[in-house]
Order: sequence, then C-alpha cells, then structure tokens
Amino acid sequence: MKSNLILLSILCVSLFSCVKKDDPIDANASSNAKVTFSNFVGSQPLTLQTKWYNNANGDSFKVNVYKYYITNVKLVKSDASVYAENESYHLINEADVNSHSFVMANVPEGSYTSISFLIGVDSARNTSGAQTGALDPINGMFWTWNSGYIMAKFEGVSPQSTSMDKSVVYHLGGFSGPNNVLRTVTLTFPTTMIVKKGTTPNVHIDGDVAEWFSFPNVIDFAQKPLLMTPGKDLVNIAENYKDMFKVNHID
Amino acid sequence: MKNKIVSIVFLLVLIFTLWSCHTDPLLQPMPKNTDISFVQPANWPSPHYNFQNNTLTSDGFALGRRLFYDARLSIDNSISCASCHEQTTAFAQIDHAFSHGVRNQLGTRNSPALFNLAWHTSFFWDGGVNHIENQPIAPILNPVEMDETIPNVIAKLNADPSYRLQFKNTFGSEEINTQRIQKAIVQFMAAIVSNQSKYDQVKNGKASFTADEQAGYILFHQKCNTCHAEPLFTDFSFRNNGLPFSLDSGRAHITGLASDRFKFKVPSLRNLNFTKPYMHNGSIASLGAVLDHYTSGLVPSPTLDPLLQNPITLSATDKSKLIAFLNTLNDYEFVKDLRFKQP
Repeated sequence: MKSNLILLSILCVSLFSCVKKDDPIDANASSNAKVTFSNFVGSQPLTLQTKWYNNANGDSFKVNVYKYYITNVKLVKSDASVYAENESYHLINEADVNSHSFVMANVPEGSYTSISFLIGVDSARNTSGAQTGALDPINGMFWTWNSGYIMAKFEGVSPQSTSMDKSVVYHLGGFSGPNNVLRTVTLTFPTTMIVKKGTTPNVHIDGDVAEWFSFPNVIDFAQKPLLMTPGKDLVNIAENYKDMFKVNHID
Repeated sequence: MKNKIVSIVFLLVLIFTLWSCHTDPLLQPMPKNTDISFVQPANWPSPHYNFQNNTLTSDGFALGRRLFYDARLSIDNSISCASCHEQTTAFAQIDHAFSHGVRNQLGTRNSPALFNLAWHTSFFWDGGVNHIENQPIAPILNPVEMDETIPNVIAKLNADPSYRLQFKNTFGSEEINTQRIQKAIVQFMAAIVSNQSKYDQVKNGKASFTADEQAGYILFHQKCNTCHAEPLFTDFSFRNNGLPFSLDSGRAHITGLASDRFKFKVPSLRNLNFTKPYMHNGSIASLGAVLDHYTSGLVPSPTLDPLLQNPITLSATDKSKLIAFLNTLNDYEFVKDLRFKQP
C-alpha cells in the first residue's frame, strides 16, 4: 500500500513535469528571437587595431574598421512558413559590442530550421530619400556623392599595400545592375530553434573576414589596395564574402 | 449697483483679453510669408517629388528655410547653402564659375540654380544623388564646400533652443537628427517653384510674345527643344555638349561607364539672365557665346551627343531672336518672392 502510494506520487510528479516540459506551442502567440554575430579571421577571433592576420594571397594585415549591414532578416519554420522582421536593418560594427546582436520581436511561436538575410541595404532603401536609425548617414555608411549605402566596410593596413600610407580599404557599395554587391545568405540551423513564450533563443553566427579575400577571387593587396567605387572589383569581393557566415550554435 | 456690476464685468473682460494677448514670443505664429503650399502649375507634368512622407507645412518650410540660410551648417560657421545659391540670382551664384567653400577653397563645378527641383529625378551635374532628400547633406560633408560633420551640425542646432522648438513644431518632438534636417531643408528646396516668367504668362493667355520672341520660340522648337524640353526646359538627361576637353569625366564618375564620359545633366533654360556664367564648369560667360559654341565651337569626341554631330545652324539674326525668346524665361517674381528670402 505504502509503495503504491509512492508509485502514484512519482507518477503524478512525472506527469506534472511532463506537462510543464511539453507546454504546447501556441501558433497564435509570439515571442522573441536573438541573433548574435561573432567575427573571426580564419579560426582566430577578430581583434581590431592590434592583431596581425594573413590573407589567402599571403599578405599580412591588421583590421582597423569592420562594419556590415545585415538586413531583411527572415526565419523559416519547419513547415516552410516564414517570419520576416519588420524594419529589418542592422549595422554590425566590430568596434561596438552592443551592435553585435539584435533581438527580433513578435516572432510566432514554433520550430525554426533556417535563417536568411541580406548582406547590405536593399535597393529600395538606397533610392527612398532620408532614412534614420541604422540607415542614418551619420553611421558613416552612406555615399553622399553617389547616393547609396556602403553595404560592408573593411579598413586596415598591410605591409604589402601599395597605397601611400600602406592602408587597405574596401568599401562595398553598388545596388543596381552589374555593380550590385547585395548578396542573400541562407543558413540552415544545426538544431531546431524553438521560439516560445518566456525564452529568447539566440542564433550564434560566425563570420570569417578572411573569406573577403580568398575564394573564388583571390585579392592581392599590392594589386588592389583601395576599392571604394562601385564596379567589378567590389562585386568580386561580394562573391567571396557571401559564403563567410555559418551558424555556430543556438542556445 | 447695476453700474458697478457692469464695471466689474468690463474689468474682468479687459483683464482676460490682456492676459490672452500675452504669449511666449517663441510660440507666436510664424510670419505670414511662410504660408506655403505646393501648387502644380497648369500643363506641367506631375512632380517627381510630391512631399510623400514629408508633408509640406508652414513650420517645416520655415525650418528648412532657416537651415538653408544658416552658416552653422559649415565647419567654421562661415558658409551657408545660400552662400552659393542666392535668391536674387535664381539660387545660383552669378559671376562665379566656381563658388567658394570654407577656408577659401574653390569648388570644381558651377553652382547650379535651384528652382523646380521637385521635378528633378537626380541632383548635381553628374546626377550622383538619386533623391532630393539625400542632396542637402552632400555639400555639408564635402571638404571643399562646408566640410562639416553631421554630429557637429546636430550639436550646434541642439544648442539653440529656438531650433529645438522649430523641430518640435515641425516633427512633433524636439529631437534633431539627420533625417529631420534632410526633410526640413527639402520642404524649402522643393517648394521653390519658378513659373511666373513672361513665357508662362503667354502660355496662360495673359501676355503675348513680341514678333522677335515669337520667331525665337519657333527657332527654339527647331534647334533646342529636344534636350531643353518644355515646360521645364530640360529633359533631365546627361549629354556631352562638345565643350573643350577637361579632366572632369562627369556622369562617368558615377556610372563607371566609358560611354558616359564628359556627359553632364542638361540644365534648365529658365532664368538664364540670373545664372551666368554657363555650363557645368562656368566656362562660357554670355548667352551669345553659348550660341556661338553650338554653331561653331563644338569639340568632337567619342561621346559627343548624337544631336550635336553637326553644328547647329543659326544666323546672326536667328541668334538675336533666340536670345529674345530665352529672355522671356526669366522669372522676376520668384527671385524676389518674400517666402524664399533669408528669415
């Protein structure tokens, strides 16, 4: 009798905790999801100003400025339905740790299997006049002489650079025709991301700066130390860096 | 007793009246000359910019006008937009091939006249700016023009309570940011319409051309109208009009295309009386010399406009008639319009 009672209690507790664990996802409810970007050069974490790295061409370099736009972020559920963030414009600035992550609100509860986003600012916002927030020209990512956003910016120094002050500067801009450097990235999650009330899952994305200069277009810092006007050279770098992101993990 | 009550009531009314007269000077309504509205002239095409997402208001217009005339937008508080864009000369700068920026620096292109900008699809001689709201920050940041930074401009404006109030009146809160500065200046710039020339009066049936002007108008239709299309007197295209070789590659600087080398935006022919010297580099001093260029001065090059492969033929009499017509495009009203004056 006593053991029966104990068994019953255990059963009750188990059932109770089971219910708690499997709190059903409410398709009509929504919660938050976070995305965090960490930048590397190869396998080493990116450190501005002080650390030396090598590119695929064998040139050594330091990085002083590293910024890029992540926009039009979408999360895709296992049933293929899509959440698209409203006003989805984020400027990731390596020098500002607060900019490395952002929280998306009103994400419908559910199981998500992939994320997609644009590296850069969509062409519509390049032609729509005065913008604010992440798109404010005050952020130093807007060309006033040739209207349009700098989608991604790399500035550093290299002994191999042939510029006057040994600088290496790549400002990736251009949003139309053959000069379009906008690239869409889609990353499948290693594990399903569960969005539900009371939790904020965090997608950790790693980006590799070395990818800018390696494949398929090896960039030689002596040949092309300064690229700051829309054209084929910048498109080549965009073709390189479109593969620079991967999802490390979700927690 | 009755008289006493009447006296008290009268006194109360008087006190109330006097009290209501007392308002904060900062909160007084704007002077009448900011009563602004955008009226599309009859028979003109729809403007490219229609103040969508930037509703034109008297407050916004007054703020934009104040910013336009404020030298605090430059690094040493010496140069305002109006320094190179003077109302009396159709918001160009007469007799300056190149205008002067801060620290006595010379610009690289002739300061363009500013009017009917709401119809423009691009800005600057090379069309590098694709939206009117992105235009105002370019000269502020240009090292040879105002050489200022946006954070500095915002700090200077924030330090002035009367500006904070104007931003509040215009946008609903005191916050001053880049977007609000851009939109306010554009409320002023895009509201400048020049449509009161003699040509406009003739088109509206309120005046008639002289015989010479009429003959010039016919010549204009035969020789000029393709690029300088009515009623704005530009088709907003980019063309190489055969000026002597210079290092300025013009439109090609923006597009990177060799086929765009030495092409510049076709300027309007309105208000030419106020805007000499002419051309993107201010290289031609008079209207007569401009016509001489098209009849005998065209320099061949791979991108010379197809319409100018052969010189334009105009006799000396033709030229004087054409100039008589061009002079009907001067708008003496808008250059003295009180609404556009320095506040």
